Amino acid sequence: MAELERHHYDVVVIGAGGAGLRAAIEAQASGARVAVVCKSLLGKAHTVMAEGGIAAAMANVYPEDNWQVHFRDTMRGGKMLNHWRMAQLHAQEAPDRVRELEDWGALFDRTPAGLISQRDFGGHRYARLAHVGDRTGLELIRTLQQRVVALGIDVFMECTVTRLMTGPDGITGAFGYWRESGRFISWQAPSVVLATGGIGKSYKVTSNSWEYTGDGHSLALQAGATLVNMEFVQFHPTGMVWPPSVRGILVTESVRGDGGVLKNSEGTRFMFDYIPEYFRKETADTIEEADRWYDDKRNNRRPPELLPRDEVARAINSEVKAGRGTEHGGVYLDIASRRSKEYILKRLPSMYHQFMELAEVDITAEPMEVGPTCHYVMGGVEVDPDTAAAKIPGLYAAGEVAGGMHGSNRLGGNSLSDLLVFGRRAGASAAAYAQAHPVTAAQLDDDAVAEAGKAALAPFEREGGENPYTIQHDLQQTMNDLVGIIRTEPEMREALDRIEELKKRVANLSVEGHRQYNPGWHLALDLPHMLKVSECIAKAALERQESRGGHTRDDFPGPTPEWGALNVICSEHDGSISLLRQPLPQMPEDLATLFEETPA
Amino acid sequence: MTYDAKLRVWRGDADGGELRDFTVEANDGEVVLDVIHRLQATQAGDLAVRWNCKAGKCGSCSAEINGRPRLMCLTRMSTFAEDDVITVTPMRTFPVIRDLVTDVSYNYEKAAQIPAFTPQPRDADGNHRMQQVDVERPQEFRKCIECFLCQDVCHVVRDHEDNKKVFAGPRFLMRLAELDMHPLDNLDRRKVSQENFGVGMCNITKCCSEVCPEGIHITDNAIIPLKERVVDRKYDPITWLGAKIGRRPHS
Repeated sequence: MAELERHHYDVVVIGAGGAGLRAAIEAQASGARVAVVCKSLLGKAHTVMAEGGIAAAMANVYPEDNWQVHFRDTMRGGKMLNHWRMAQLHAQEAPDRVRELEDWGALFDRTPAGLISQRDFGGHRYARLAHVGDRTGLELIRTLQQRVVALGIDVFMECTVTRLMTGPDGITGAFGYWRESGRFISWQAPSVVLATGGIGKSYKVTSNSWEYTGDGHSLALQAGATLVNMEFVQFHPTGMVWPPSVRGILVTESVRGDGGVLKNSEGTRFMFDYIPEYFRKETADTIEEADRWYDDKRNNRRPPELLPRDEVARAINSEVKAGRGTEHGGVYLDIASRRSKEYILKRLPSMYHQFMELAEVDITAEPMEVGPTCHYVMGGVEVDPDTAAAKIPGLYAAGEVAGGMHGSNRLGGNSLSDLLVFGRRAGASAAAYAQAHPVTAAQLDDDAVAEAGKAALAPFEREGGENPYTIQHDLQQTMNDLVGIIRTEPEMREALDRIEELKKRVANLSVEGHRQYNPGWHLALDLPHMLKVSECIAKAALERQESRGGHTRDDFPGPTPEWGALNVICSEHDGSISLLRQPLPQMPEDLATLFEETPA
Repeated sequence: MTYDAKLRVWRGDADGGELRDFTVEANDGEVVLDVIHRLQATQAGDLAVRWNCKAGKCGSCSAEINGRPRLMCLTRMSTFAEDDVITVTPMRTFPVIRDLVTDVSYNYEKAAQIPAFTPQPRDADGNHRMQQVDVERPQEFRKCIECFLCQDVCHVVRDHEDNKKVFAGPRFLMRLAELDMHPLDNLDRRKVSQENFGVGMCNITKCCSEVCPEGIHITDNAIIPLKERVVDRKYDPITWLGAKIGRRPHS
């Protein structure tokens, strides 16, 4: 391919969110030559949207907090389906990962003693989230971005990877295109770190940006790696519902952590009616106790508004279905009547700004209307916990694209810490692997590169085909309606039929214009990824005949012990997705004793 | 409520282009970016536009709307009358790549030139200690979402291409101020602020503060204090004497 731009690196990191940047920093510190490749400009990745904070048992506010408590909260929040070793490493290492951000310039809010302040969040026993107002993600990404720039790491901005290159011994590199010019580019590298985030753009109502098209999940399958538990998709309980154009945009859980409560159209704090047996012991059952908890956590239990996200999202869904929703099909989230204007402006400035600008709602004076929005995929690339290695030599995954860490449901705040803990581990492992398997050994297969280029240009070759935006819209509607927050077998079968139809339509679509900065073409190349992950989600969801965390089956309500011991693994063979039930890794005895009751 | 909005959008590339008229459906509660997306999905599939979060948090969808630098995702259609023609053009200060997308690499080059954060060591227990009141000043500047609208509007570079070499623009003068006010930072950047990044060229018209979607007081809280600190260093007689006799004074 004459026009191909070629590069050689030790480690190629795909994605420049928190996980990708942290991986790049570590790989470079380990002596590797590193490239970061990202679809947007540097600093715009989805991490920037994270609001509440970074969960880490630093014990700055509650000395009782420690990694064991955080580990326990995380496992229970994930309904015990988490890979225990990932949850352990995460809880143990998160405090150090937060502290080192300060060495790189981060400025967290402080305690009176001058330490990093920590706030309350759903499912966390103690106030544990290091934060900066409600713009923690921005602080995280800016800090890592500035560190990457200071280290002089090469960043390929607005550049999309469409294929991973593999040889008999594993990864040999990656292939992609510059979004600006449409020109092709290849990286020869023995190690690739996937840090591509999630899949939310396959859903109509989502808090995720356009970048979340499941590229990393799909690339991993294409390279021969496996995905674990793709059925678990988190619907964040509080997305905006009005006006329609902002439907799905996130309303941070901090609103509830800082005193906000959920009410239905009758003015009832309905969450008291939805406390599951599993969390009854640790949840307040009266309004009085719940309200005392904010100031006295030792003698009171947590308000039910701060149950894990899956519980709250289902409760809101039920209230709306029962006819107790708001005018626009949500419920009320009220902090205005509970906290002073000054407090709200100090703690939740971005939320104030967001509602003022987008909905003309003053959250210090009136309640917000909120409802569930597709937010996060717990499922992802199956990795070794200690090294973040996928099943293909040289391939690593960290952050949302990796699976296992969060089980069936992720706790708020555990995502940012996940990015840092496993981003660092992936970067170190990828660098070590590259040093042991030098780049000269990794030869890109010219035929495969030529084939990747041909595939990328195919949408221009066809004329009169369908427009990619319509197909994307139909996929989003399908996943929203048929593989959403509540699922049934007939609906998921219908979704899979529709996905097969959509695949045919994608194969025939065409794009107008030329290769220079052409969003229609870019979307046409993202669509196969979106379809592949949607198929994995629907198939895995059909397979798991129980309800657990971010997977609720109307036809199989409640969890079962049998399924509680199984992961669902997706792999791809000759273009079709197959499933495997795989026993959960066994938690060692010393950790198992941290759970006083056995999970369902 | 649905109506036909009248859009005039610049289409073209580095070789030139023109304003084109479109009629696009607009619905209740929408922002300009929604209508641009609908235009893209229904009439102009290859219309180039940058965006990410669509919630005013990432700073990607910067453009000029009726001549004013704004984020498309935070510009509500309800701020215009239904029969207004809404003109959307790319940011003028940066070279056009295509349609509404510009080459903002000037900003990334300036960012890379700024001497990095240089922290003092941690306390013996492994923590850094800072008081809330001390972090709040630089925190204001860290609200910056790097939409580069301040860079776009700043007349020092908007109308004077040559100045880009010697002037970092409001966003990066603010970054220098942020580092200067950072409680843990140990590096003195006053000299480079003046000599390499051109803080002296700012003549405080405050246009940058006016267009900032985060409402950061760029001029008042960042640039003016930075100017004062630079001047302090340069004209203070004791500092001057200290510099002359070759001993760096304590600042």
